[in-house]
Amino acid sequence: MEGAKIIIGSIEKHGVDRVFGHPGGAVLPLYEALRNSSLTHVLTRTEQGAAHAASGYARMTGKPGVCIVTSGPGATNIITGIATAQADSVPLVVITGQVQRDRIGTDAFQEADIAGASEPFTKHTYLVQDAADLPRIMNEAFHIASTGRPGPVLVDIPVDVQKEDVQAENDPSINIRGYKPVFKGNRKQIKAAIAALEKSERPLICAGGGILCSGSRTPLNIFLQKTGIPVVHTLMGNGAVDMDLPNVMGMIGSHGHLRAKQALKESDLLIIIGARISDRATAGGHIFEREKIILHIDIDPAEVGKNIETHIPIVGDAGDVLIYMLKHMDFTKTWDWKPSRTPSEAVVPMKSSPDRLDPAVLLHHVSEKADSDAIFTADVGLNQIWAARHITMSGKRRFLTSGGLGTMGYGLPSAIGAKMAAPERQVFAVMGDGGIQMSLGELGTLSESGEKVVILLLNNQYLGMVRELQDNAYGVDCRHGVYFKKGPDFVQIAEAYGLKSAHAYNMESFGKILEQSLCGQDSWLIDCRIDPKINSVRRF
Amino acid sequence: MKKRILSVLVENRAGVLSRIAGLFSRRGYNIDSLSVGTVDDPAFSRMTIGVTANDWQTEQIMKQLNKQIPVIKVAELLPEDSLIREILIIKVSATVEHRREIKDLADIYKASVLDVTQNTMILEVTGSEKKIESFIEHIRTYGLLEMARSSSVGMQRGTASF
Ligand SMILES: Cc1ncc(C[n+]2csc(CCOP(=O)(O)OP(=O)(O)O)c2C)c(N)n1
Repeated sequence: MEGAKIIIGSIEKHGVDRVFGHPGGAVLPLYEALRNSSLTHVLTRTEQGAAHAASGYARMTGKPGVCIVTSGPGATNIITGIATAQADSVPLVVITGQVQRDRIGTDAFQEADIAGASEPFTKHTYLVQDAADLPRIMNEAFHIASTGRPGPVLVDIPVDVQKEDVQAENDPSINIRGYKPVFKGNRKQIKAAIAALEKSERPLICAGGGILCSGSRTPLNIFLQKTGIPVVHTLMGNGAVDMDLPNVMGMIGSHGHLRAKQALKESDLLIIIGARISDRATAGGHIFEREKIILHIDIDPAEVGKNIETHIPIVGDAGDVLIYMLKHMDFTKTWDWKPSRTPSEAVVPMKSSPDRLDPAVLLHHVSEKADSDAIFTADVGLNQIWAARHITMSGKRRFLTSGGLGTMGYGLPSAIGAKMAAPERQVFAVMGDGGIQMSLGELGTLSESGEKVVILLLNNQYLGMVRELQDNAYGVDCRHGVYFKKGPDFVQIAEAYGLKSAHAYNMESFGKILEQSLCGQDSWLIDCRIDPKINSVRRF
Repeated sequence: MKKRILSVLVENRAGVLSRIAGLFSRRGYNIDSLSVGTVDDPAFSRMTIGVTANDWQTEQIMKQLNKQIPVIKVAELLPEDSLIREILIIKVSATVEHRREIKDLADIYKASVLDVTQNTMILEVTGSEKKIESFIEHIRTYGLLEMARSSSVGMQRGTASF
């Protein structure tokens, strides 16, 4: 069988129904095999867009997202998307075309050592030298991407390998000597954790993105209900905890909630589940302010103890550990303690400019109007912080954002991928005017797809978050390089791509446009004129 | 911070060395020494990596190494229960009147003579880092012309094996 057919057949076999890509000469055989397959191809406008869309798709289906791009510039263009997926543990199988085997290493036209270049940003890479290896390599790539701590796997395939005809035996058995992820948490350690918890007075749970990628949202929320233990979450853990529960303390980190920080400060035992406790999440040092016992549950042993000293490490799948705890705990004791000081963080609309919108008020309104299983993506910047803080994650809502790498341009393509994975759910993309300009072309992808996404463009004519950082560090009269003197008319751009669009200058007009956008099947871009003075977090 | 020696069994494939080396450089750790050679099964290589790191850093390095798919096994070679060797080839100036002395010195260190010319001798010595340092110090007095020194290779004593 031809190499290209083996590759496409393998993608089909792994239950993935579409691939995101941008072709070129080095993947012509693959595209020919694709044309004759059951797979849908989504032509994104950039390779980075393909990776982000695949990421949105992967996060909603739980299956690896697949991208196909050409060699050289196609491959280098996708690196940011790969690194973004790696930082947030999103499973991707990235297929890059490569120059033919006998030209590798000659600086041939459109040759790039992509396996080498992407090596720091991938879970694993392959350079395929023989088409006969393809069935095994493709199986391994899907297996590695989706098991243990998920992540991107890159498979670089020379164009002549794609054309090579081989006797392909499809042996699905996988035996990779150096890769045996631990799924089942050590029972003794879990029992030690239960014992420590039962002794503690003020335990706190910190839920990270690992809850979502392991699909253990349900056991976590049952555990929270039964025990009453207060819970905080990280940015990536937004949506892991049902915010309707009374014990939810909010988000930790540099842009987190004061109540969450207070809870961290006062707890005597902290159970970290599927969170890597990054520098952003620990900003402020509240975790360390009081001596406490630390339990860390993570599928990646290298995360346990990396950023915080752990007393009871548990390596394993969050769901497996939580279910075991649910079975073996005595639920007579509950722990519904509250932090002593619970600062109020109510949303008070800014009164200063009547013709400018307050993002907090706007997003609260969206949060109320949106379905209980809506998917929200957020780009990077102030818009991301506002979305994380002001959209309530109750019900089955999901929040997708680039938390680890903080990649601008993620919000729009990931929303497209998420919508394709879950066409029956509402999808909103919260974007800044800087970030959307990094992925404008994907408006075309969206328009062509026929899927409906509502883009909430929080337009402050600034690289808002950098503006805020400059204000804080150097003073308000020292801004540099953050102002869009001539922002485009996004409504015209959206319309040119065939999308519905309107400007919103105040809550009244916004409310009407939102209502209109929620009916019907059309995608919308709402250009919301945001007060440029508003910072990430307002405290009263 | 302490000098450490890690023994890492890896798949013998293109790109594996750079992946391993990249792990150290990305974390800002300098590799003090590195040697790689295949083991009896040519599908695998053993890397002996020297690094200066504290306990916590060493644990992180070992966890990150273990995370790599081409890595089969990682162990720290503790000086108490391992054998760690380097090889040194050294060229010294050796006129006729000094040859005997140099040969005597070489014998003490169990070094062998690889080559002799009118004015030079090339010697080879195997041993611990300390022994090699000491040998260099002594031989230096005759006029050190050139040297090539390998990095460490090592393994654990006893039945421990991988
Ligand atoms: C690709 C990329 N380049 C640069 C940055 C640095 N950065 C972080 S936030 C930000 C500003 C984002 O501005 P905008 O998209 O308008 O959103 P706002 O903060 O105004 O909501 C920038 C430039 C980044 N995160 N990603």
